[in-house]
Amino acid sequence: MKKKLQRLFVGLFCAMLCGTALASKKDNTLVIAWARGLESLDLYFSTAREAIIISRLLFDTLLDKDPKTGDFRPLLARSFQVLDDKSIELNLRDDVYFHDGSKMTADDVVFTLNWVKQPENKVIHQQNVSWIDWVEKVGDYRVVVHTKYPNPSALDFLAGPLPIYSKKYYEKVGPAGMGIHPIGTGPYRLTELRPGDSMVLERNSQYFSGGPKGTPSVERITQRSIPEENTQIIELINGKIDWIWKLSPDQAARLKTRQGVTVIDAPTMRIGYLQFDVAGRSGPSPLQDLKVRKAIAHAINRQGIAKRLMGSSAEVVHAFCHPTQFGCTNNVAKYDYDPAKARELLDQAGYPDGFSVKLYSYENRRVIEAILADLAAVGIKAEPVISSFEPLRDKVSAGEVPFTYMAWGSNSIADVSAIVPHFFTGGSSDTVRDAQVAELVREAGSTMDKKKRTALYEQAFQAIADNVYMLPMYSFSINYAMSADLAFEPSTDEIPRFYKAQWK
Amino acid sequence: MLRYLTRKIGLGIGVLLCTSAIAFFLTFLVGDPASRMAGESATAEEIAQVRQQYGFDQPLPIQYVRWLAQGISGNFGDSLFLKIPVLQVIAEHMPVTLRLASYSIFFSLIVGLAMGGIAAIREGGLIDKLCLFISLVAQAMPVFWFALVIMVLFSFTWPVLPASGTESWRNFVLPTLALGFNAMPAIIRLTRTSLIDVLKTDYIRTARAKGIPFRRVVTKHAFVNALNPVVSVSVVQFGYMLTGSIVVEMIFALHGIGQLAWSSIQRGDVPMIQAIILLFSVIYVMLGILSDIVAAWLNPKLRTAVHA
Repeated sequence: MKKKLQRLFVGLFCAMLCGTALASKKDNTLVIAWARGLESLDLYFSTAREAIIISRLLFDTLLDKDPKTGDFRPLLARSFQVLDDKSIELNLRDDVYFHDGSKMTADDVVFTLNWVKQPENKVIHQQNVSWIDWVEKVGDYRVVVHTKYPNPSALDFLAGPLPIYSKKYYEKVGPAGMGIHPIGTGPYRLTELRPGDSMVLERNSQYFSGGPKGTPSVERITQRSIPEENTQIIELINGKIDWIWKLSPDQAARLKTRQGVTVIDAPTMRIGYLQFDVAGRSGPSPLQDLKVRKAIAHAINRQGIAKRLMGSSAEVVHAFCHPTQFGCTNNVAKYDYDPAKARELLDQAGYPDGFSVKLYSYENRRVIEAILADLAAVGIKAEPVISSFEPLRDKVSAGEVPFTYMAWGSNSIADVSAIVPHFFTGGSSDTVRDAQVAELVREAGSTMDKKKRTALYEQAFQAIADNVYMLPMYSFSINYAMSADLAFEPSTDEIPRFYKAQWK
Repeated sequence: MLRYLTRKIGLGIGVLLCTSAIAFFLTFLVGDPASRMAGESATAEEIAQVRQQYGFDQPLPIQYVRWLAQGISGNFGDSLFLKIPVLQVIAEHMPVTLRLASYSIFFSLIVGLAMGGIAAIREGGLIDKLCLFISLVAQAMPVFWFALVIMVLFSFTWPVLPASGTESWRNFVLPTLALGFNAMPAIIRLTRTSLIDVLKTDYIRTARAKGIPFRRVVTKHAFVNALNPVVSVSVVQFGYMLTGSIVVEMIFALHGIGQLAWSSIQRGDVPMIQAIILLFSVIYVMLGILSDIVAAWLNPKLRTAVHA
């Protein structure tokens, strides 16, 4: 009996020791992990960033935007031409096949875009599609996209959140079917899905060559959802996964010293900002006084917070946009860290002993504490009110909060039209309601001429900075950690392009 | 017994109605589900559209009654995010949680009964003190911390076990330890006190006086009787494991019901949250009834008491 038990335990122990197959270079399988469980894979009905990342693998868009140069390149199109202010002609490739083997034609493009633009089909992000008037088929492989108004961001939309679906398949399965059995033209196809848990994507051997996405090098990509950061790190070190992101700065610093792991701190398009209720929708407050807002701008050590708490590639921004976005400028009023000047301004504004205010946020606590400390140093007693993102966003929309610290990722679109109109054209997030700024932004948003557009935006950014309508803080950075065998290049739009990943 | 059961089941249905109503209103209290669905860059108009599209613009009591009416006919709706029936999603996630809870209750029963038994027999001795100390430590240690410690030890410092996933039974060893360890103290202490009480009874003294060896007295006579309260507690503990393994599932990336509950709450997936909470309440109510039945079966005195 004793011997049997002994044998059993030895057996169990041996079974424990023999590990499962490792990820990686040897079997050309890239295992990536992130915290969130994946929802629907139909991008028109999902708002998760992770869905965008997977969608770029499974689907293609008509155009592609080079994340480095900002140039538009044809993807499902062979060429494209802006016919006039309200129409874009696209010549489609005739060598593109969906994962089910059917050929992509103009019918698929016309169907997809005409279907998603109809409000009754209830695509979640209406702003991505509401500018489309109609899409016309002018040949088997030629379409014209007509816009409702001159939209300088049209190409950005065609290169981003508008994947092309198979007419036949989508008509049959709809959003529910596409959400779990997606069929696209992309460089990878889905072969296994455990909703919320994991998925396996295999290289699409029929993927057309010569496109901007190139020919994928990694044969298989496995995605796993691991909510706990510590677990992700242990699995990365053990070689069970090859790529993770959004690591906290302290964990990233610790991982940097490990052999076999590469840590990259990369800039993103996301910027943090302090928003003031200038219009007074939440009631009167000292923040409606320009001198007070200027005092706050001088009181906060943005450079210090960026470098110490946000990551080494975080940079202070002065205009309310990310420097990599088209239309962004640096030619605006700048407010240096100068607590003495801040106190002086508060004195002039009639608040020599400072005042009390509530600062609403959902962000990083350490950063908020740093902001509060800087404000306290000049006499402003800010009381933090922390909630999760959505309830706070709704409070801002309802005009219930005087002072917030939030962040904006511009929907990964490298054009200021993805940031300023949202906050300055009189919508629910506009806490300023400056008619002049709104007019400038609106005009820029319908001007196709690039030079004129840039000039209009610059005027708007200058007015925003002069009046400290919003205090842009700094750009965010993201820590990526990956197997040292992996060659991966992050991009500022927070959309990892795994089809470009390679083994060293 | 039948009357007793009917009363219990009636009470259970009342509990289910109350919890589902409270859960429903609490979900909305946390924040507007439409806002969470619409995503980060949504405009107020987009949120309003989602609200109307999914019927969140209706008064809450009406939404609740509608949900309840559909629920009674077995239709719990589709997950707002996965777009598939919530029952299907739950069915996909349930096996992992069931497996984890079964392993854990088995583990804590084996270890708990053994330690509690030995401690009772050696009452006041060194082993007794050691067992009590272990149970105190296990009770005091937060699950998330213990889970991370054993993960660092057995997946990192000495990598013999996987830290995450559900591919094989090896993936369940650490989560079982973490979850089982937390449930163990109650079993240890209850077994110990209960056995100590039983060992002091007259019939045990009689059995000893008849010359039956102590080991046999304990295993044959005392233990069975001492088990009664332990069984009731274990059934409740099993319920706790089925419904309370959220932290353990998160840390070890086991995609069971706990994690589904957590992500649904985060996303504001109302039909999913509702169905999970209803499921959790059903589990508790059923296990409560089961625990009473088992107790009655083990102890005939209770059965007659119920009849009386």
